[in-house]
Amino acid sequence: MGYQDQLITSESEVNEKFKSIKKSPVLLNKEAWNKRMEKRIIMDKVARKIFSLSTVFALVILGILFYRIGVQSAGWLNLKFLTGNLSIFPEKAGIYGAIIGSVWLMAVVIPVTLLLGVSTAIYLEEYAKEGKFQSFIKTNISNLAGVPSVIFGLLGLAVFRRLFGLGSSILAGGLTLSLLVLPIIVVASQEAIRAVPNFLRDGAYAMGATKWTTIRTVVLPASLPGILTGCILAISRAIGETAPLVVLGIPTLILAIPESLMSDFTALPIQIYYWTLDTVLTPEYANLAAATIVVLLVVLLLMNSIAIFIRNKFQRRY
Amino acid sequence: MLTNGGNMQSKVVYSVENLNLWYGNDQALRDINLKIEKNEVTAIIGPSGCGKSTFIKTLNRMVDNIPIVRTSGKIFYHGTDIFDKSVRLEELRTTVGMVFQKPNPFPKSIFENVVYGPKIHGIRNKKQLMQIAEESLKSAALWDEVKDRLNDNAYGLSGGQQQRLCIARSLAIQPDVLLMDEPTSALDPIATNKIEELIDELKNNYTIAIVTHSMQQAARISDKTAFFLMGELIEFGDTKKIFTTPEDKRTEDYITGRFG
Ligand SMILES: Nc1ncnc2c1ncn2[C@@H]1O[C@H](COP(=O)(O)OP(=O)(O)OP(=O)(O)O)[C@@H](O)[C@H]1O
Ligand SMILES: [Mg+2]
Repeated sequence: MGYQDQLITSESEVNEKFKSIKKSPVLLNKEAWNKRMEKRIIMDKVARKIFSLSTVFALVILGILFYRIGVQSAGWLNLKFLTGNLSIFPEKAGIYGAIIGSVWLMAVVIPVTLLLGVSTAIYLEEYAKEGKFQSFIKTNISNLAGVPSVIFGLLGLAVFRRLFGLGSSILAGGLTLSLLVLPIIVVASQEAIRAVPNFLRDGAYAMGATKWTTIRTVVLPASLPGILTGCILAISRAIGETAPLVVLGIPTLILAIPESLMSDFTALPIQIYYWTLDTVLTPEYANLAAATIVVLLVVLLLMNSIAIFIRNKFQRRY
Repeated sequence: MLTNGGNMQSKVVYSVENLNLWYGNDQALRDINLKIEKNEVTAIIGPSGCGKSTFIKTLNRMVDNIPIVRTSGKIFYHGTDIFDKSVRLEELRTTVGMVFQKPNPFPKSIFENVVYGPKIHGIRNKKQLMQIAEESLKSAALWDEVKDRLNDNAYGLSGGQQQRLCIARSLAIQPDVLLMDEPTSALDPIATNKIEELIDELKNNYTIAIVTHSMQQAARISDKTAFFLMGELIEFGDTKKIFTTPEDKRTEDYITGRFG
């Protein structure tokens, strides 16, 4: 049939032709729709309220927290506090040692978790064949992320402190915290690596690149932002953890500033923990704890902003 | 080894013999036999899903990256069977370059994209890399457009420029063969025209196999044409002959647009 045959010439013909599609056989009761619409619009407003109130609730709690910490730490947070040594007398106490201890801890945690975590993620995503084994490992890593931190403390106590004889050193604490946050980095890195489109890998393979070269030059740079996000999460978790360190038996009153991986140390969350515990005896310890929390938050923000800076620098574009 | 075994001067670059390929249980290529000759453009045409991409991805063994793929038959590259255990994939792919349907530059600078190949194969000298970049971009007819912005991100280029960048990237490792999978399907007529002119130019130094959905393109730029249908090679021969007096009825139906 040619095009000409399909031309429609008169209005009646149009009606005839489109009769079948003009009215659907199912009659739709628009009136009932409109009635129910009222209800749906109200529901929409209610939903909006609920969601915004949830956000406000979280913000208010956070505000109260900041307010209390701010009030309690006011007057206590000064240069003397930041640079002084620990002391049982609140007026004399400083947390220089704990700051350095926390920084040392991160100096262990960051390289260890990045190296182990990213390598594991690369293996699982790029090398391991899809199959039972791979999904078994993947499920277990996700489960590991949900294990309570005290358990990791016990593991650290048994393995690093007792078996390896690392004592209550920075290395022992750092390795324990590394185990704790490893799953976070692995999962985040896996997701970042999986998000790299295959056409980029193909581009490299088609140039005669080996698998490792492709990973090193294409996959890792493209997934770096995601990996760093995982790193931020991991650091935030590790730097505030108390339980594993307490279980490891990290002492609270250490006067010497840590100098090497094998030094004994104390860390910011440990100080917060013990000072809070002892508030019953010495009320001023509450102020010290509050001031330490502020310092911990600032250290955390500093470390995160470095990671965010790097992440933005490598933001993907494809 | 690829290059010492065979005779690189031979007129026949690829000789495909009884090639079959399966994705799992689905056969995608059936008993393919054809020869690709030096400094010729071979067009591969056929309806969607007939195995064109699969075929050219077999020529540089990119199909190896798909775990479920199985093959039988032989593909001789200058006399060496590329499926032979002694053939290194990396070596094959530095000799046989590939340009993909969708431009896929790396999220790096224009310069870094072009010198990617030479760099991963060990060239470190800045001056030499710059020289390679300039030559490759010139060969890909892109130099004038990007010479002042070599350090800009490749994703700031237009689609047509990105595709020519990918061609430049392939040329930078000085392959002998260039495989192109619908290189102009994502491009407008002007960009397409540029790439067609480029192919005509490149033909003097390279052997080219190009998949295309455009009959006009095949007729314009190719010397030989292979018509695939449902995994089979229906007809293969001089482009002129295929487009004027095809032997097979199905070829005729396809190129006159009476197909499906
Ligand atoms: N990775 C894969 N896994 C399984 N089957 C595949 C895969 N890639 C392609 N196929 C199948 O192989 C057949 C040939 O596909 P191919 O991509 O080679 O077709 P094509 O001719 O390039 O089509 P188009 O013109 O649409 O690009 C199709 O039936 C397709 O479904
Ligand atoms: Mg295709």
